[in-house]
Amino acid sequence: MREINVQSIIETVAKLCTEANYFLGSDVLDAIKEAKEKEASTLGKDILEQLVTNAAIAREESVPMCQDTGYAVIFVELGQDVHIVGGALNDAINEGVRKGYTEGYLRKSIVGHPLERKNTGDNTPAVIHVKVVPGDKLKITIAPKGGGSENMSAIKMLKPSEGVEGVKKFVVESVKAAGSNPCPPIVVGVGIGGTFEKCAYLAKEALLRPVGEQNPLPDIAKLEQDLLQAINKLGIGPQGLGGRTTALAVHIEIYPAHIASLPVAVNINCHAARHKEAIL
Amino acid sequence: MAQVRITTPLTDEVVEKLTIGQQVLISGKIYTARDAAHKKLVDLLKEGKPLPIDIEGQIVYYVGPSPAKPGQVIGSAGPTTSGRMDAYAPTLMGEGLKGMIGKGSRTKEVIEAMQKYKAVYFAAVGGAAALIAKKITSSKVIAYPELGPEAIHELIVEDLPVIVVNDIYGRDLYQEGIKNYAIND
Repeated sequence: MREINVQSIIETVAKLCTEANYFLGSDVLDAIKEAKEKEASTLGKDILEQLVTNAAIAREESVPMCQDTGYAVIFVELGQDVHIVGGALNDAINEGVRKGYTEGYLRKSIVGHPLERKNTGDNTPAVIHVKVVPGDKLKITIAPKGGGSENMSAIKMLKPSEGVEGVKKFVVESVKAAGSNPCPPIVVGVGIGGTFEKCAYLAKEALLRPVGEQNPLPDIAKLEQDLLQAINKLGIGPQGLGGRTTALAVHIEIYPAHIASLPVAVNINCHAARHKEAIL
Repeated sequence: MAQVRITTPLTDEVVEKLTIGQQVLISGKIYTARDAAHKKLVDLLKEGKPLPIDIEGQIVYYVGPSPAKPGQVIGSAGPTTSGRMDAYAPTLMGEGLKGMIGKGSRTKEVIEAMQKYKAVYFAAVGGAAALIAKKITSSKVIAYPELGPEAIHELIVEDLPVIVVNDIYGRDLYQEGIKNYAIND
C-alpha cells in the first residue's frame, strides 16, 4: 500500500484547474495553426489567427483563454494499491476545484440546484469519474467544459441495422445542427456502443485524447477520418461564419453493445479543448 | 481583410454602411448584459418605467467575464450565446438600441427587428476572451450590481474586433457563409 495524503490531491487539482484554463495544449494549438494554413475563407483564416493570438496572451499573462472556465470534469485513475489518507477523495477534489477557481480568478459557473439555479460561488461540485486500475499511482485529469459546446451534445439509440452509415449520419447531423453555437473549430467526441450512460461517457472520454491522435483500431481510425472529412464539407467553418475548418478532429471510443442496441453519443468541445493531467 | 472603424453612439448613417462579413473595430462606450439583465430591462419597459441606462444609439455586448485579477480592468471577456437574448432584443431595438455583440445565430424575429429599427448584429470571436479583454480600457457596474458578473457594466473599448453577421438589409452571414463553403457530393 502506498499512502497519498489528500493535501497533495488538493494542491494538484487546484494547479490543474488554473493551468488547463490558462495554457492551451500544444496539440490544440498546432491543430489550429495547421487549419489556418489550409482554410479557404479569408475571414476564417483571420479568426483562426485571433485564436492563436488569444492563446498566446492567455499563456503570457496567466489569464483564462475563455471566460467560460467550465464545469470541472475530473477523471481519476486510482491505483488499487493506493491508500488515501487525511480525508475523502471526493472532498479533496472539490477542495482543489474551490481553491483553483477562487485563487486563479476563474469564473464560477455552477448552480447548486438545476431548477432553483443559485450559483454555488466556488465552481463546485466537480463532476468526478473514478476508475480503479492496477498499480500504486493516482492519475488526475481535468477537462474544464464550457456550457456553449456541452449544450450541443446529443445521444441516440440506433437500431443495429442502421450500422456505420447510421452512425455517420447521426454524428454529421448533430454537428450540423450545432452550427456556430459550440464555437467552431470544434473537437468531436463520439461514443459508440455500451449502454446509454456508458456511451455518453465514452464520448466525453474521447475528448481527453490529444487532438488528432487516432484510435488504435484501424477501422475506427478510418471512421474518424471519414467523419472529419464529412464534417468539414458542411461549410460551417471557424465560428460558423463559413469555411472549411469546422472540426479539428473526430475522436471515437467504442465498447461492446447489447445484441439489440447501437448507442451513439456525440460530445462537442469548442476550440478551447482543455485537458491537463498529473500523476501522483 | 480590410477593417472598418466605428465609434459609439451609432447613427443610422453609420449602420447603413455596414454589411455582412465586414470586420469592424468598435471604439467608445458599450454596455454588457446577459439574460438576467435583459429580463429586468424589458420588465421595466412593460411597467412603463425608464431604463437605468440610455440605450439610444448604443451597443450591448452579451458577456459574462471571468473575475479581474489585481491590476486588470476586466477578466477574460468573450461573447456568450446570443440566442438566450432573442426574446428581449426586439424590445430594446424599439428603444433605440443600434448594435448587439455576441455569438451564434438569431431568430427570424430578431433579424426582422434589425431591419425595422436599423440595428446590426456583430459576432465577436467566441473563445478569444483574453484578446478581447485587452481592448477594454475601462469597466464599471452601472446597473443591477446584485447580478454579480451578470450586472450591466459600462465598458470603454478601443478597437474591439467584431464581424458583421446580420445587417439592416436582412442578410445573415451564418446562412450565407455556410452556403459559400459547403461541399455537396
